[in-house]
Amino acid sequence: MRGPLAALFFREFAIARRIGGGGSMGVVFMLMLVTILPFAIGPDLNLLRRIGPAILWIAALLAMLLGLDRLFQADFEDGSLDQLQLGATPLELVVFVKCLAHWATTALPLVVAAPLFGVLMAQEAASMLGIGASLLVGTPALTFIGAVGAAATVSLRRGGLLMALLVLPLCVPALIFGVSAATAASGGTIPFATPLAILAALTLASGALCPFAAGALLRRLGE
Amino acid sequence: MRLLAEKVCVDRGGRRIVEGVDFVLSDGQALILSGPNGAGKSTLLRAIAGLLPLAAGALTLDGESEELAAALHYVGHAEGMKPALTVRENLDFWASFLARADAAAGLAPAQALDAFGLAHVLDIPAGYLSAGQKRRIALARLLVAPRPIWLLDEPTTALDVRAQEALAAVMARHRAGGGMVLAATHSPVGLDNAAELKLGGVA
Repeated sequence: MRGPLAALFFREFAIARRIGGGGSMGVVFMLMLVTILPFAIGPDLNLLRRIGPAILWIAALLAMLLGLDRLFQADFEDGSLDQLQLGATPLELVVFVKCLAHWATTALPLVVAAPLFGVLMAQEAASMLGIGASLLVGTPALTFIGAVGAAATVSLRRGGLLMALLVLPLCVPALIFGVSAATAASGGTIPFATPLAILAALTLASGALCPFAAGALLRRLGE
Repeated sequence: MRLLAEKVCVDRGGRRIVEGVDFVLSDGQALILSGPNGAGKSTLLRAIAGLLPLAAGALTLDGESEELAAALHYVGHAEGMKPALTVRENLDFWASFLARADAAAGLAPAQALDAFGLAHVLDIPAGYLSAGQKRRIALARLLVAPRPIWLLDEPTTALDVRAQEALAAVMARHRAGGGMVLAATHSPVGLDNAAELKLGGVA
């Protein structure tokens, strides 16, 4: 028999894989954005090359927000949230593990796909690697921050838009440093490591703090 | 082990729903919560489970060092089963998640379902089952992760006669082994020698 947290991780993983959606939906959303953008902007390769990292980061951020409102809602509706509070595991750890599973099923496909989509934005090899690395380091912060918004709107049937409104401003620091790390990878005056280190700090800090906020909200609102 | 409630009060939406409830529940005993709709039966059960805060009063568990929440099972109106997972996967997960460090391992999902006459649905996704079958699977959760205190909110809802008999037998076995049952119900659930706690309507 598995430990409670490993069991939870694999359950979330199995549900995401069977229901589908999450990962593939985000990747398709990102693909739509990067295919349509060059048509709108025109065949200016220099411009595309310059804004490419920003566009891919925005696409990743929006794609992650798409399914995030369901993070706790399904558990709330079917009574699982009650049961998850009766285990010996603290609710904060439950939230942390659910975030990890959500990241692995939703953000990881984006991290893999985004550098490839960089081709459509005329990115060089170094820049593609930079985009992949910055998304790998930065997207967990988006998941953790998003979990707070998902917990705050857990009892609202159509809370998706409200969640996005709550969460987007908090995601701005990760977006700024993510894009500057991705841009710095293909040259420029800032060394690549500086914004990446700040991005890593944002991820670690949100991973340490957000589960407590989300746990408190779930206890209060999950009644 | 003894569950002790002293002057328990619970508020919902700014109104006092449960007012000054006292009871003692010892090994092998059962308590039936009765009263009209809106009397606060479900609210009291959720408060005992720790899912709602107490407005006043205290709930204590004698003779055990662990927390109350880890010693009890709560079966509410929602089953807590994922439609995309098979019945076996659902029960396996709850067995792992709700297991207590010091307690004996529970029944395997197949045996637990057998107690409710449902062994044949083991590998079917839970989403395809009927309301009564889902309810029986939620009740089978009581057996895969043994815990001494069972809080059952309307446990016989959607159950047919044979399933009700199976539930009565399971509860009798649980009490014979020293377990406790707290059930909120309108209809007889087959608990012998159970004390009854009448909750009044909202004042």
